[in-house]
Amino acid sequence: MIRIALLGFGSVGRGIARAILAKNLEITVTGLADSRSGIIDAGGIDLAAALARKGNGGPCGSPGVSPADVVAKAEYDVLVEVTPTNVETAEPALGHIRGALRRHKHVVTSNKGPIALAYPELRDQAAANGVLLKYEATVCGAIPLIHAIREGLAGNTISRLYGVFNGTCNYILTRMAEDSLTYEQALAEARELGYAEADPTYDVEGIDAAIKLVILANTVLDMQTALDDVERTGITLLTPDALRLAEDQDCTIRLIGEIVPEAGVLRVSPRIVAKAHPLVVEGTLNAVTVETDLAGDLTFIGKGAGSTETASAVIGDLLYIHDRYVQGS
Amino acid sequence: MKLEMKDQPGQLVAALQPISAVGGNIIAVIHQRETSTTAETLDVQIVLELPEGRLENLLELLREQGVSVVRIGEERLLYECTLIVIGHLMHTDLSDTVDRIDRTGSAEVTELSLAMPAINSPSSARIIIRSTTRAEMKKAIRILRDVAGQKNLLIIEPLEDA
Repeated sequence: MIRIALLGFGSVGRGIARAILAKNLEITVTGLADSRSGIIDAGGIDLAAALARKGNGGPCGSPGVSPADVVAKAEYDVLVEVTPTNVETAEPALGHIRGALRRHKHVVTSNKGPIALAYPELRDQAAANGVLLKYEATVCGAIPLIHAIREGLAGNTISRLYGVFNGTCNYILTRMAEDSLTYEQALAEARELGYAEADPTYDVEGIDAAIKLVILANTVLDMQTALDDVERTGITLLTPDALRLAEDQDCTIRLIGEIVPEAGVLRVSPRIVAKAHPLVVEGTLNAVTVETDLAGDLTFIGKGAGSTETASAVIGDLLYIHDRYVQGS
Repeated sequence: MKLEMKDQPGQLVAALQPISAVGGNIIAVIHQRETSTTAETLDVQIVLELPEGRLENLLELLREQGVSVVRIGEERLLYECTLIVIGHLMHTDLSDTVDRIDRTGSAEVTELSLAMPAINSPSSARIIIRSTTRAEMKKAIRILRDVAGQKNLLIIEPLEDA
């Protein structure tokens, strides 16, 4: 049995709650908070009831209980931080994570802000307190990329890592290529389907992909980078003509994030890619190729976003901690 | 390149061996007796690809074999890179954009396909650059990036290098 405090009850938080209810994962939620309310219950929170309250448009718990209260007062083994990303300050998630680490609690997060902005500090704090900080869900949703690089490819030197890190852009480019839609038409369609936000800047200007590169560079590639180090071009100026000109040569255009560790290159830009290339995936999928010295090239393809898919990455991290640290507690 | 060698058995093989020794790739060997040559020597033309910087090495090895190089032909543009450019290409002097790459002498724009949309909307073009070496290709792409910065054009580069 592992006890968690869950901060954030949006798409990812509810995905985690539903998975816990649906499967026998031996996870008990003893603290829960959204932006307006919270619950602390050492005996285990009734997740079905919390989901029902949220589904009716209400808060998940009592207005008097804040996320900070849950971090500081609930009895849990792991803090699960799945609140929305803030790329400027990483708050309030950064404060929540620091608070949990101070209490010698493990942390699992899907929140890109704290990992992109403060990884070295958080890693050192976790190590000093003998706990783990896991963040698989921050990069490419369901694809266990960080685990694969850190564990499965341990001992390899990575010469290049590149791929499709943003499903929204990939959907837009897929549609522009398929049906000669303009960028504006494809974006409107993506919005209708819920793949793009009302303000799509974060996705279409390549910021989301750039943050994922920074996270990978700083956590598994031993680099020290910040968002400003990423050379970044979005997809907003792409034309149907450009996609057709690529198509004439059996190629297409994809927004590619690329890291070349030795050259210090971090880059997000639209690139011409042969249609037969494994990175050319359809719709909202993500795909990442890792070039290594021992294992050769590996390409990972999967769902980069979504409630259940992101929950999968969080649960993977939780059970990793459970198997190594919390057993028998 | 055009070689001159003794007209004796084994000479042609001796002349070709150094090419593979320096990592070259023979594309064609043209061997015909010409009236202009003296009876003792034979002219052979060879078309080959060589890794960068190996030409001097090859010439030295050939000299050691007693083969003299009569003529070295022009270097061919072996590297190719396709890019797409988006922006106000005509208003920003497309021929100047092309010319800036051609002016390098070692890389040139060999193909250009231009899509002309409605007036005042940005146009898109696919250009193919060829160059003698990989380093020259990198230089040409750097020039194109600079030009794109000045003229506010979007360059879409290929995922893989030339």
